[in-house]
Amino acid sequence: MTTVSEAPAVGLTHQGSEDTGLGHRGPASKSIVVPYGFWLFILSDMVLFSALFATYASLVHATDGGPITNQLFDRKLVAIETLALLLSSFVCGLAMITAKRRNMLWTQGWLLLTGLLGLVFLSIELFEFGKMIGEGAGPQRSAFLSSFFTLVGCHGAHVTAGLLWLGTMMAQIWTKGFRQDIMRRLLCYSVFWHALDIIWVAIFTIVYLIGTLP
Amino acid sequence: MTEHDPELLNVAPGEPHDNMFSETLSYVIGMGLALLLTAISFWVASTSTLWGPGVAVGLVVLAIAQMGVHLVFFLHITSGPDNTNNVLALAFGVLIVFLVMVGTIWIMAHMNANMGPTPEMMNLQMQH
Repeated sequence: MTTVSEAPAVGLTHQGSEDTGLGHRGPASKSIVVPYGFWLFILSDMVLFSALFATYASLVHATDGGPITNQLFDRKLVAIETLALLLSSFVCGLAMITAKRRNMLWTQGWLLLTGLLGLVFLSIELFEFGKMIGEGAGPQRSAFLSSFFTLVGCHGAHVTAGLLWLGTMMAQIWTKGFRQDIMRRLLCYSVFWHALDIIWVAIFTIVYLIGTLP
Repeated sequence: MTEHDPELLNVAPGEPHDNMFSETLSYVIGMGLALLLTAISFWVASTSTLWGPGVAVGLVVLAIAQMGVHLVFFLHITSGPDNTNNVLALAFGVLIVFLVMVGTIWIMAHMNANMGPTPEMMNLQMQH
């Protein structure tokens, strides 16, 4: 539904030569509006995480005589977690490429691999949390550990939600096919999954790497 | 617009490609750059050949670089005209994130430094 030639020349019009997103071609199509709205949600999620990062940075030394960062974190585990999530993000991109070509088998395969890698990440994180709580370094031990579990746990909760979303997307593609509305949902899902990887970059740098510097 | 092959020459990493190969290639490049930056981050954090006090700043710079790679190669943020709204929203988001983080850390560090514990608070072992 493009009515470029019929668009009246008003205001900042470019005579239809390029779409500036300023609305001179009339209301934008759903394929532009939906990802834009979801992008705004992602950015607000980033703002939420920035508050948790600020809290963590303020409380990281408030250990109340309990364990400090250097005693708690295992860099090897974090490296595996990072690799799993990065690969998952990459494979999710491959799924988008095959979905655009409406290839059911490859799309489902890549999405399944995306989910499995996400599951690897989540398992390692839960193992680490369980180990810390078992050693008496749970969230109630000190202000530092409260902020740590809030920040990293909030990211983990997002990954969990992402995995549930992934499952429903695979089911919807399977039963309804590559319909326009399903493709828009899949695009939003991939934006969400890539954004989680961006937040993880900040977490592994600020919490785990800077936290374990000698 | 008399380019011989505008599709191959003029397409930014984030722009939609018609060619499956070039589309996959942009993801592979992004993946390679992200892996490289991650590897450098872990190396920088564990080596002792670098000047200690500068390592934390270097790690933050590497992280910001990797976020840029993710935005361009995975999230397809470009400078193209159809992406103006997304870029402006991103700029506003970055501004708020910057204000919240830097503002909080700045103020809290000053409060820690200037409002030292009173003798009564010392007895309660409020912090540390």
